Amino acid sequence: MSLRQIAFYGKGGIGKSTTSQNTLAALVEMDQRILIVGCDPKADSTRLILHAKAQDTVLHLAAEAGSVEDLELEDVLKIGYKGIKCVESGGPEPGVGCAGRGVITSINFLEENGAYDDVDYVSYDVLGDVVCGGFAMPIRENKAQEIYIVMSGEMMALYAANNIAKGILKYANSGGVRLGGLVCNERKTDKEWDLADALAKRLGTQLIHFVPRDNGVQHAELRRMTVIEYAPDSKQAGEYRQLASKIHANKGNGTIPTPITMEELEEMLMDFGIMKSEEQQLAELQAKEGAKA
Amino acid sequence: MSLSTNQDVDVKDLVEKVLEAYPEKSRKRRAKHINVLEAEAKDCGVKSNIKSIPGVMTIRGCAYAGSKGVVWGPIKDMIHISHGPVGCGYYSWSGRRNYYIGDTGVDSWGTMHFTSDFQEKDIVFGGDKKLRKAIDEINELFPLVNGLSIQSECPIGLIGDDIEAVARDKAAEIGKPIIPVRCEGFRGVSQSLGHHIANDTIRDWIFEKTEPKAGFESTPYDVTVIGDYNIGGDAWSSRILLEEMGLRVIAQWSGDGTLAELENTPKAKVNLIHCYRSMNYIARHMEEKFGIPWMEYNFFGPSQIADSLRKIAALFDDKIKENAEKVIAKYQPLVDAVIAKYRTRLEGKKVMIYVGGLRPRHVVDAYHDLGMEVVGTGYEFAHNDDYQRTPHYVKEGTLIYDDVTAFELEKFVEAIRPDLVASGIKEKYVFQKMGLPFRQMHSWDYSGPYHGYDGFAIFARDMDMAINNPVWGLVTKSPF
Repeated sequence: MSLRQIAFYGKGGIGKSTTSQNTLAALVEMDQRILIVGCDPKADSTRLILHAKAQDTVLHLAAEAGSVEDLELEDVLKIGYKGIKCVESGGPEPGVGCAGRGVITSINFLEENGAYDDVDYVSYDVLGDVVCGGFAMPIRENKAQEIYIVMSGEMMALYAANNIAKGILKYANSGGVRLGGLVCNERKTDKEWDLADALAKRLGTQLIHFVPRDNGVQHAELRRMTVIEYAPDSKQAGEYRQLASKIHANKGNGTIPTPITMEELEEMLMDFGIMKSEEQQLAELQAKEGAKA
Repeated sequence: MSLSTNQDVDVKDLVEKVLEAYPEKSRKRRAKHINVLEAEAKDCGVKSNIKSIPGVMTIRGCAYAGSKGVVWGPIKDMIHISHGPVGCGYYSWSGRRNYYIGDTGVDSWGTMHFTSDFQEKDIVFGGDKKLRKAIDEINELFPLVNGLSIQSECPIGLIGDDIEAVARDKAAEIGKPIIPVRCEGFRGVSQSLGHHIANDTIRDWIFEKTEPKAGFESTPYDVTVIGDYNIGGDAWSSRILLEEMGLRVIAQWSGDGTLAELENTPKAKVNLIHCYRSMNYIARHMEEKFGIPWMEYNFFGPSQIADSLRKIAALFDDKIKENAEKVIAKYQPLVDAVIAKYRTRLEGKKVMIYVGGLRPRHVVDAYHDLGMEVVGTGYEFAHNDDYQRTPHYVKEGTLIYDDVTAFELEKFVEAIRPDLVASGIKEKYVFQKMGLPFRQMHSWDYSGPYHGYDGFAIFARDMDMAINNPVWGLVTKSPF
């Protein structure tokens, strides 16, 4: 089977790392060989797989040694849950240097040193929004082919998802990256499934899975484990297994996204009655005034 | 000599024909930068200080070049760190020919190069740590250094290194001024912004933070030489004239200059500005803040020198005024001898000039003094106020080109066929291969000085050497 390269993007704090690690832990149960590339300077994309925060990131070791040329793959490649290979790119502390350049450096290092040999899946976990060229590295030429956007029914998560779709569109023609689908991490907002599904349709993609909110995820995370490992028979583990098998079956089904404008996004929210139009707000205000009088 | 020039060439038609090579949009934009000087014009009628068009070969430099290469670099008792990758500074090694007196590597560092030599890890993790280390190493290796400046290359602005914080911390630690300069190359349209940024850092980090050296005793005749970079010794052949007049030069900015001279400058009675373009900012600031008047002068060629000496003397008492006349009289035999020797060999020769921000107007009368004629001139990075100062020097009919492209200059020269092209190293071989005499007017072609009376003698010799070199008689079959 040929190598599949996937990436998880989404608004900061939406649960990208949790979703991706649980999904990949489920994929490994399906006898897939997996490499996780953490592209976040915080280096916490592999914590649940390694049961610890990775200490030896590519960039920190490279800085100590002088440059990436002085590194060996073994120095940075850690083996976690059921043989999942993990690498953290790492990066500078907040407020200094250029983390984006760091992502480019470490991905090039991994490719050149054969980190992608003998695996079925490479999964990139990228921080927050696509803030600069460096963080777009995984969606550029010959890197991730399918992007899964983790989102929720919250306004800013929808907004971020749409922005990421714009980033994908930018590179879709030059590189061949496709949008694999949206993964909705339930936040229990109004009409969340409907909204997620509607946005997916507007973006020309699918809502590949709706992951219900479950406190079991928290319990597992506190123990530095995925739900798959901590509570393999739980209902939530089943949800992640479903997502994993959907992604596995989704090969080649990615689409070129059709991002919408901010106005269209707001209109969509109004259609769902989540956001009120100015006329509505005015009418309500007048009604209130009327009731007082 | 006639009052106009280029009478035998239809210059307007030439400009139109040359611009025809461009796409319409570029043609329209470039047309605004080129003009033929009209009679009694107030300025040259060209746009200036505008971004060069992508795709043309501009001759301009960058903001880093303007700060490190021009303004700060020549301050000899300070070390100027090129902060960023090695390339920018490496190629400016011993940069311009800013002569200085001192022991290089002991108390002066003019021809040495210092860089933080960025590697990939410095981009990713920030270069501030390395900068701190570089400052420590410099201070340990060269204990006589009086201060440092941090000259930012492009990546510093991109990754946002906090060089001001490093400068403050380290200055307190080593007890010497450290000046952070945000002169990233991508800022501005040319090196001109680099000059301005560098001027501002002298204002904010020298005048605001340090005092004139203790023991400085003022005299009524204290002046400064501002905007003379001592190319080939220009500032030296200038200051002797001021000193012979009875004035005291308390600072040279920045050729052969020192940190103490910068610090003492607010004690001057008048600031004398040669390169207006690169240092008018600080002169204006000192006028506003310290009430020091400033005056532009021109020490190229005997007519301008005598004129400038009299104008400078007019700011002082009768003794100085008398001295000025004495100085002019003293050098008159030298001037007469130079003109007697060279004028017959150079009379009527046509020259086209293209240099930086001052010389395209300042050297014109030096050529006139030799009987030569300037038929075209233009600046790399001048602003509108420079073009307003230009008609004073050149004649009606002169072709004026702002930020001229390699293509345009080549075509203009081809059509006008002057006897001399006076420009820079990037242009030199193009025109020499056309079979045309050429002199570098940034570096004085490794000669100089050209300022002052002594400089005029050398200038005249060099122009004669270029134009009347028998080698041009051997170029019989130039393909151009």
